Amino acid sequence: MAQPAALVLEVPEAAGDADLELSPCEESDVHDSFHRLIQEQSLRVAEEGLELLPRGAAGRGRQTLPRPAGAPVHSSATLRVLASMPSRTIGRSRGAIISQYYNRTVRLRRRRNSRPLLGNVVRSARPSLRLYDLELDHTVMEEDEKRSLLVKELQGLSMAQRDHMIRNMPLSLGEKRWLREKSWSPKGKQQGQKGRGGTFSCSRLRYSCILALHSLGLVLLSGLYAARPWRYALKQIGGQFGSSVLSYFLFLKTLLAFNALMLLPLLAFLVGVQAAFPPDPSGLVPTFSGLELLTGRGCFTHTVMYYGYYSNTTLSQSCASPRETGQDSLPYNMPLAYLFTVGAAFFITCITLVYSMSHSFGESYRVGSTKGIHALTVFCSWDYKVTQKRASRVQQDSICTQLKELLAEWQLRERPQSACGQLWQAAMLGLGWLLCLGTTMGCAAAVLTFSEVMIQRPDADGQGVELLALPLVVSVLNLGASYLFRGLATLERHDSPVLEVYMAICRSLILKMAVLGVLCYHWLGRRVAKLQAPCWEDFVGQELYRFLVVDFIFTLLDSLFGELVWRLISEKKLKRQKPEFDIARNVLDLIYGQTLTWLGVLFSPLLPAVQMLRLLLLFYVKKASLMANCQAPRRPWLASHMSTVFLTLLCFPSFLGAAVFLCYAVWQVKPSSTCGPFRTLNTMYEAGTVWVHRLERAGSGASWLPWLHHFLVENTFFLFLVSALLLAVIYLNIQVVKAQRKVICLLKEQIRNEGEDKVFLINKLHSVYEAGERRRRQDLFTQPWLALGSEIFLPSTGIKGTCHQARPSLSPTFFNSD
Amino acid sequence: MGNKQTVFTHEQLEEYQDNPFRQRIAQVFSQDGDGHMTLENFLDMFSVMSEMAPRDLKAYYAFKIYDFNNDDYICAWDLEQTVTRLTRGELSAEEVTLVCEKVLDEADSDHDGRLSLEDFQNMILRAPDFLSTFHIRI
Repeated sequence: MAQPAALVLEVPEAAGDADLELSPCEESDVHDSFHRLIQEQSLRVAEEGLELLPRGAAGRGRQTLPRPAGAPVHSSATLRVLASMPSRTIGRSRGAIISQYYNRTVRLRRRRNSRPLLGNVVRSARPSLRLYDLELDHTVMEEDEKRSLLVKELQGLSMAQRDHMIRNMPLSLGEKRWLREKSWSPKGKQQGQKGRGGTFSCSRLRYSCILALHSLGLVLLSGLYAARPWRYALKQIGGQFGSSVLSYFLFLKTLLAFNALMLLPLLAFLVGVQAAFPPDPSGLVPTFSGLELLTGRGCFTHTVMYYGYYSNTTLSQSCASPRETGQDSLPYNMPLAYLFTVGAAFFITCITLVYSMSHSFGESYRVGSTKGIHALTVFCSWDYKVTQKRASRVQQDSICTQLKELLAEWQLRERPQSACGQLWQAAMLGLGWLLCLGTTMGCAAAVLTFSEVMIQRPDADGQGVELLALPLVVSVLNLGASYLFRGLATLERHDSPVLEVYMAICRSLILKMAVLGVLCYHWLGRRVAKLQAPCWEDFVGQELYRFLVVDFIFTLLDSLFGELVWRLISEKKLKRQKPEFDIARNVLDLIYGQTLTWLGVLFSPLLPAVQMLRLLLLFYVKKASLMANCQAPRRPWLASHMSTVFLTLLCFPSFLGAAVFLCYAVWQVKPSSTCGPFRTLNTMYEAGTVWVHRLERAGSGASWLPWLHHFLVENTFFLFLVSALLLAVIYLNIQVVKAQRKVICLLKEQIRNEGEDKVFLINKLHSVYEAGERRRRQDLFTQPWLALGSEIFLPSTGIKGTCHQARPSLSPTFFNSD
Repeated sequence: MGNKQTVFTHEQLEEYQDNPFRQRIAQVFSQDGDGHMTLENFLDMFSVMSEMAPRDLKAYYAFKIYDFNNDDYICAWDLEQTVTRLTRGELSAEEVTLVCEKVLDEADSDHDGRLSLEDFQNMILRAPDFLSTFHIRI
């Protein structure tokens, strides 16, 4: 055992605690409320050792608790010592919190400044008993002293670290404000100010400027926080339905932000510029009829909305008609601008998506987060946002169901299923998947044949409602298949509800991606071949617009019939509860709509604006339908895991597919020769290479750009190098995670050992006190004359009287005897 | 509160007060531990339950809330109380005991039969949902 000599135990003589009960059964009586302990700590200055004032009012309304069965009986002296253990006082008294944070700050500063010597490094990360000074020490610090020490340490930290440290402290707001104010005084004040009058006023000015800027920043931040869109609506939804349904609406808000981000460069560099230099109107412009809103044709065709409107020349500012060779002020090369702006918009979206995905992943996945599901359910599943009685009842029911399912799962694992049962389950699963894949392939084949039929028709690019046929068919197939999948999911009963949700998402996703793949082939492969004379890019842009509009109409109808009518039916006829809000399906619809937008950005730069309008309307419609018709899902929903999954799905099949489509369209497909900014070129990408070659020929100062282009983009070696580096980084990260897991195992082992040490020490302490008491009792009875000069107390009343006499000899004998 | 009224009927107020831990929250954040909060305590409570509070701070106060007997440890009795309130008493007694045992198995690292603050904080680290559930929107 380690160094016991450092401990100086004094069995305290409590003068005033006549009411101190001896019975150690009520350990809770030894403890007190916050206010009491804080008072005690400040009163403790003049007294040595620990003194616990007895609990005053008995009628606090709190019941005394039965001790856990089987716990050892400790003497009250042991209990008093235990009561001042750091692990107990840390949570209770302000003085202990302050000293704990003082220690942490010191460690943080030291860690920042220098590496600790290897010999001094403590082998455990957990604060061990051995590291703490017991508060029973003679040099007990006053609370004010501790506070000033803490302030001094905080001043040594950087601003961000200081704020972080103060924010983490479990103290009241008033104290935190005090600490922050005190620790903000500049370092110049600490050092001597003799003969430094000028610099002192400069530093004071700087300090007040920094303070003013900081408070301005805080005001702006809080203003921004208050001005968030839909703050009240989201609060209402969260209060009534919980975090799971709220995650859908938050995802909708995220998508709105992504679309706004994409729209900004497009508006600034394409739409705005082209609208300022309109081309000569070709032919007569048809009048506005209501059909344009559905088909996107008619008077929308020759507007800034579609690809065909953009000119392929260099726009210049000097005269009205653009010239071929723009030598005038501010020549604006429209083809180049189109290519670069669309590329830049996609690149920014990609970076933002990957960043938010990795950020969300970092927040929601932890090493070892699959274990400990019972503890997590009990402590982390109650959603404090929920405020309504009905909603919290639903939550309680769902937690009850979840716990019952967890217990059942555990019991199932204890008693594994028979081979017959497992085989049956596997067969059902296989059948379900077979059916789903079959449905997917059937839908894809149906879409392909229908699109071929549409192409073969003589008036393939008519004006009327027949253009809406393909979008209608696709939407109907999507809806029907999703209902089929839902029915299939209820038939095959899964043990784990999370798995069910994931499987449903997978199946719907595969279907949607298959259908979109077929459509992409249809547009880029077949339509381009068929429609060479008119503008095929315009046509594709309009098709995507039609898809967006029809999908929106179907979502509205689905909300109307799926939720409203179903609720009426289920309440009146079937006497069941309201239908649940199906989060997975709704989120997949959002992702589908966003994929369509990204597919169409190249051909219709204003499509993100259409999508934003769609999302705004969808928010209000869904919210109204939710409030009126639905209830929260009864199955538990891991909200933060799900948001990560949604973002990942948005990034990988959705954005990646759109990026591949874009790359193919830019690199491989011949643009139409009568419209758009790339009329005269073989591929859209050629606009870039033509410009680079022109730069090269001009031989101007920007000759590094063609060189860069030649060596980085056209040279494949560079790409191989980058891929190899990426693989190496991924491998290193995997190894780091593995090592961290090993360290976690070792630390767990260490914690267990420390726990055993602690139990051993407590028992030892108790046995030492017991031995001492027995000896004292023997002494008293054999030599009563020792008690002369002090009051004689019977042993049954406790240690108080005997301590007075026997104290000097007690302490050393305790430890030497063992 | 979720409504634009300023005067609420008793029934409406009842509608809004069904958090099973509401008394514990009041006790933990109050000055004397008896449920009466001053303005400072009220501000403290909303500061801890806001979005910007760091995880450790929330874990600290959550530990206090679930520690019904205020002995700085979450023992089996505390767990039973928590589970009963969470499920509105709909689990049978042996199911509650079983759940408490499993929780102690999973979260108690030093095997002393109860959860200390460090055990609780370690467990909270594994729960990414905690920050969003231990949160009151204002």
